[in-house]
Amino acid sequence: MGSFKLGKMTLKSLFTKPSTVLYPFEEKPQPAGIKGHIENDITACTLCGTCSRVCPAGALIVDRKAGTWSIDHFRCVQCKSCVLNCPVPCLTMAPGYQKPAREISRETLQKPAPSPEELAAKEAAKKAKIEAAMKAKAAREAAK
Amino acid sequence: MGKATIIPFGPQHPVLPEPLHLDLVVEDEKVIEAVPQIGFIHRGLEKLTETRDYNQFIYIAERICGICAVGHSLGYAETVEGLMGLEVPKRASYLRVILHEMSRIHSHMLWMGLAADAFGFESLFMHCWRLRERVLDLFEAMTGGRVILSAVRVGGMVRDQDAATLAHVQEVLEGIKDEYHEICRAFLNDSSVRSRLVGVGVIEHDDAVNLGMVGPFARASNVVNDVRCKEAGAYAELSDFTPITSTDCDCYARVEVRAKEILQSIDIIEEMIARIPEGPVFEKPKGSPADGAMACGALEQPRGECYYYAQGNGTKYLQRMRMRTPTSMNLAGMAAALKGCDLADVNMIVLTIDPCISCTER
Repeated sequence: MGSFKLGKMTLKSLFTKPSTVLYPFEEKPQPAGIKGHIENDITACTLCGTCSRVCPAGALIVDRKAGTWSIDHFRCVQCKSCVLNCPVPCLTMAPGYQKPAREISRETLQKPAPSPEELAAKEAAKKAKIEAAMKAKAAREAAK
Repeated sequence: MGKATIIPFGPQHPVLPEPLHLDLVVEDEKVIEAVPQIGFIHRGLEKLTETRDYNQFIYIAERICGICAVGHSLGYAETVEGLMGLEVPKRASYLRVILHEMSRIHSHMLWMGLAADAFGFESLFMHCWRLRERVLDLFEAMTGGRVILSAVRVGGMVRDQDAATLAHVQEVLEGIKDEYHEICRAFLNDSSVRSRLVGVGVIEHDDAVNLGMVGPFARASNVVNDVRCKEAGAYAELSDFTPITSTDCDCYARVEVRAKEILQSIDIIEEMIARIPEGPVFEKPKGSPADGAMACGALEQPRGECYYYAQGNGTKYLQRMRMRTPTSMNLAGMAAALKGCDLADVNMIVLTIDPCISCTER
């Protein structure tokens, strides 16, 4: 019993650095796995739309025709479900919170048009796939 | 005998972190009746099960309340897993208990800070919240979030924790323990604190049982009703678990129970870390809950027993999701504790039930 039970801790606080930081001039270091914001490697993205289907907040819109992927950072709740369900995977959660903005806007990424070499490679891959399927079919019929 | 006067208390009041309104019928500075009124922050979250599938709803469930975020996501996930007959990997259930107990530590420390603030002990309030900050830093390192963690999902956990992280958790909690003992001394032995708490807002054991009180509020009246005793999930693996109770039945007893529960939670986490098995942390759920299937689940939230009910309809959307939160059970006890108290003690008694109005109204 008695009073001034917190005396030791209070006196110690007088000679230690403050526990708080002077944000925004000073920032605490962020751990590696922090859920800061979503980033998309648009060149690898296949625009499959899985992320927009699983997003509970409706923050993502994928337009396959226009070749765009867009995110509303103000709707995003940093739940990471798009990253967890991305089949490629091209989505990642990067450290660093989004900066405040004056207007609510969407960040839209345009998938770059494929170069002639990429188109040729894609066409060749498609042809090879069809040929392989035809061969397999012929083999199956021959076996019958 | 003076004339009875009605004094409105809240919903905006310095002692209340959330909106609760009380009509205090006062006679000569003594409260003769308290009529609680809620309904200021109803958001209709249970209804949203119709618009979000069972995987997406977990992110809504954890936003029911910021302080009980881990508990609500865990309670929801366990109920839906029961609905689908899903078995969670053992490592995931250990990690769930670790996070849940850490959330109890941060919730109780937040409450102890608020209690210290309510009885006018500012430096104690700041030291409680300084220690709580370290738990939030641990959450950040483990899950990437500080309050809303999004760490639990139906079928397991989002992220596994490596041995180095778990060792770091243990080390930080040990550090907290040392400083926390000093804070505990101030809460439990300081004469000025005791003079504000001892003999205030007494609820006897029988009244606590009759009023259906839950959580530390009931345990302070010697009612043993800790859901963790039912040994669900990884709690079954604990070597020993005895709920902390007190026979004093007053505000001091409620502080004592919560103060000791923090140390008990640290012990549970240390035991879980020491015994955590290797293996996967996620089992992907297949299909949807069957039509007409029903499941119930109960969880010991920091504020008491929280009860969950879910019903499937054959689609990925749930037919019904319902929860009964600890504060809704404790409001009757709070009104009873306020009867006959001094007007100056009202804020202390209201705070000792640890009201969470966001959970209650959803």
